[in-house]
Amino acid sequence: MYRSRAFAEWREFAAAGALQSLEIDELYETSQRYQTLLCPNCRQMTMENRHIGKSVPRKEGREKVTGSARYVDDLTFPQMIHGVTVRSSVARGKILGVRFGNGIPWNEFTIVTAKDIPGKNCVALLIEDQPCLADQFVNHPEEAVVLLAHPDKYLLEEARRAVHIDIEPLPAVFTIEDSLSRKHVIWGDDNIFKSYRVEKGDVASTWSGADFIVEGEYETGAQEQLYIEPQGMIARANPADGVTVWGSLQCPYYVHKALVRLFGLPKEKVRVVQTETGGGFGGKEEYPSMIAGHAALLALKSVQAVKMIYDRAEDMAATTKRHPSRTHHRTAVARDGKLLAMEIDFTLDGGAYETLSPVVLSRGTIHAAGPYACPNVLIQSRVVATNAPPHGAFRGFGAPQSVFALERHLDRVAAAVGLSPEELRRRNFIHEGQTLSVGQVIHEKVQMDKLLDRALELSGYHEKRERFARENPRNAIKRGIGFAAFLHGAGFTGSGEEYLASEAQVTATPDGKVRVLAGSTEMGQGTNTVFAQIAAEALGLECEQIEILQPDTSLVPNSGPTVASRTTMIVGKLVETAALAIKQSLLDAGFLKKSYTSSDFADACRQYTDRFGALQSLVKYQHPGDLHWDDGKYQGDAYGAYAWAVYVAEVSVDTRTAEVRVEDFVAVQEVGKVINPTLAAGQIEGGVAQGIGFALYENVIWQEGRMVNGQMTNYIMPTSMDVPPIRVFFEELPYARGPAGAKGIGELPLDGTAPAIVNAIAHATGADVRQIPVTPEKLMEMLEGVHA
Amino acid sequence: MPEAARKIHVNCEINGQAMSLEAHPMARLLDVLREQAGLTGTKEGCGEGECGACSIEMDGALVNSCLIPALQAEGAKIRTIEGVAGAAELSAVQQAFLTHGGAQCGICTPGMILAAQNLLSHKSQPTQNEIREALAGNLCRCTGYTKIFESVLEACRVQRPRP
Repeated sequence: MYRSRAFAEWREFAAAGALQSLEIDELYETSQRYQTLLCPNCRQMTMENRHIGKSVPRKEGREKVTGSARYVDDLTFPQMIHGVTVRSSVARGKILGVRFGNGIPWNEFTIVTAKDIPGKNCVALLIEDQPCLADQFVNHPEEAVVLLAHPDKYLLEEARRAVHIDIEPLPAVFTIEDSLSRKHVIWGDDNIFKSYRVEKGDVASTWSGADFIVEGEYETGAQEQLYIEPQGMIARANPADGVTVWGSLQCPYYVHKALVRLFGLPKEKVRVVQTETGGGFGGKEEYPSMIAGHAALLALKSVQAVKMIYDRAEDMAATTKRHPSRTHHRTAVARDGKLLAMEIDFTLDGGAYETLSPVVLSRGTIHAAGPYACPNVLIQSRVVATNAPPHGAFRGFGAPQSVFALERHLDRVAAAVGLSPEELRRRNFIHEGQTLSVGQVIHEKVQMDKLLDRALELSGYHEKRERFARENPRNAIKRGIGFAAFLHGAGFTGSGEEYLASEAQVTATPDGKVRVLAGSTEMGQGTNTVFAQIAAEALGLECEQIEILQPDTSLVPNSGPTVASRTTMIVGKLVETAALAIKQSLLDAGFLKKSYTSSDFADACRQYTDRFGALQSLVKYQHPGDLHWDDGKYQGDAYGAYAWAVYVAEVSVDTRTAEVRVEDFVAVQEVGKVINPTLAAGQIEGGVAQGIGFALYENVIWQEGRMVNGQMTNYIMPTSMDVPPIRVFFEELPYARGPAGAKGIGELPLDGTAPAIVNAIAHATGADVRQIPVTPEKLMEMLEGVHA
Repeated sequence: MPEAARKIHVNCEINGQAMSLEAHPMARLLDVLREQAGLTGTKEGCGEGECGACSIEMDGALVNSCLIPALQAEGAKIRTIEGVAGAAELSAVQQAFLTHGGAQCGICTPGMILAAQNLLSHKSQPTQNEIREALAGNLCRCTGYTKIFESVLEACRVQRPRP
């Protein structure tokens, strides 16, 4: 599966006679031993974990708790000036001209428009439809048109207000319905960025034989990532040295690719450095390419370092959000509760440009039928264009939308059939050897029944169902309990990892210091700590001896983006393999004995480097040969591994005010071996809190494509008073291909939280809620309907 | 060029040191701390007093430094995150945030730690609900607050006088 450069080097040096006593057979045997060492299962049997499964404190934690960690806005460069963006005030139109108002010393300013772009005017991602600066036409409110830079921030703000962009408005589209009806065609021939069709069995012939057919439509709103550190970038650029940017970002090589295209530079003339990043959640996956381009264009023209930091209002108005969705379910069920057919129609609002929408749609589509073994499934999906700022990556990446629809729908199916919600799921859970909607045969052990039992027991589900039924009729505050069962695929979908072909490197210095070089970023989720644990475990060293290099494209290899719950499982495995190769090189060279101290290790590194030069191991991902994916048919092994989970929410609903409180939350999941329990629980707790916001509070209010409540004052995220005790439990089934048996975890908690809460609200009140967020205003209307 | 507003000197004590800072009278104390005093541990999350990332202690009270005009700091005693740790060791709250997962991305952490320190300076053994209330003005998007509550409780446990 993995082949390392160190191994190749070692083979070369062995073959060149460095190990003269080895005959060819022995060489073969040694290489086999080497391969064995790479097998985590074999290793686990022989070695006790020293660091894996331990709550090692956060690697960069000391800097964070003392305030010495340096985020982009904390950096200052000599002669640095500031940059701002002048944006479109209308949703769609033709740019007639730009006027610079009176009273501003414009000669002191650096002014950039599309004409100043040296390469192609685009934010290169999947395709190149999104301009870096609008030229001739604007396609959404807040689209960037003019850039300004000046040493004085305050004057710069006045200047921004003095720029007038004259735009002749064109008809615009703001809803999924209007986009689908092609009222106006605003993108391509049909307003559709991408569509998928996933088919299993034969849905059409099933309806007539069904005992029940249950239909329903479900909607989710946009959600702002709301990382507490707004987007920001510092750039330096000149024709001789090229472009360098420092910034808050998740994916250094995405930014690198975009800058290469924007400036028409060779790859080595572009350098991207990640600064300490104050949260991302997907919001810093693709947008940093835009702001990096802007800062760099101003830097090139002014020949000075330029800092661009968005304030909160600009960040919320202009950057990406979770795609709004609409899902229609039609389900055929037998009297015994067996699902016979699921027909799912899933639509996302993509905003004005394609950006990552096809990939978000893909994940949402593949997760739409959940962890169930239904013989006949038809999923049709599409993502459509509207004249809103492009929607983008947000933790869960399409799955929270389609999972919300499914898990809310299945409670309604259960009611129609006359089964309890848990019994309906139990009769349909997927098991080992059965196939998902995309035709993937599940080879891993699946324990959905066990997860469900444990979650219901830990939450006191059955006792509470009975008690609430008894007590609710005489109380104005009604209680309810509900759950959701779900799965989440780790890593890029389908052949994505194969195309990425990620790399990671481990090096050791002559004095025994080990460095991990990877493009994977730390943004709070624990990359630094987890990589240190994995490398220390593989090398038999202490975590403190492992240094994790801050991602800098001039130093670290491309490990792919830090997204898709892939960092620990995919890149962590590369780190583990590279570290083991370092150790094996020292063992095979005879400088290290089987059992060693860290000073023996340092001695061995010195001897090795004296004799053979640099001690380094670069490992490239190789796709497992037994995973097959057909991009054309959208069939096959969608993910190498899945995390499996059941979440239970208990709510109270004050029927006088229609306010909902989450009173208790139990999250049970199987994510392979847990590498750091504190960090892993922290991922789940934080994801559940974001899910609570998605379900109840976070309501983006749109007016002609513009978010009108773009402030923390009126876009409400959960505070410390709004979260219940979040009780997190892990089942651990080591995954053979993950580092030390780990799978992905980061996105999982966003999928199941909202449907569990909404099912609990329905249980408490009888209101058939099918839209989130469930604001008190919306719930009040529904409650009046229920009691009318 | 419009005439620059007249700057004033603000004399105050920051983290135990007397300082004189030059600033526009209505400049935000947040900017003065970060840009004039070089104390970049105080963060800006929203600029409108909602998120608490810019929390500092001013004359013993927890305030959002983005809402305080510089001239209001005249004569004040200010503590920022840089003044929380001793020369060599972390405060009990900082240590607990480190060991109990109270910090993830770290951007809310300085403000959150000051809010916790401020609570514990008034009440050494708060209840869980008092902790929730005291931290309600400090938003965290990463942790779901659970590990933050655990960190504060751990700091209380460590600080509790032995019987």
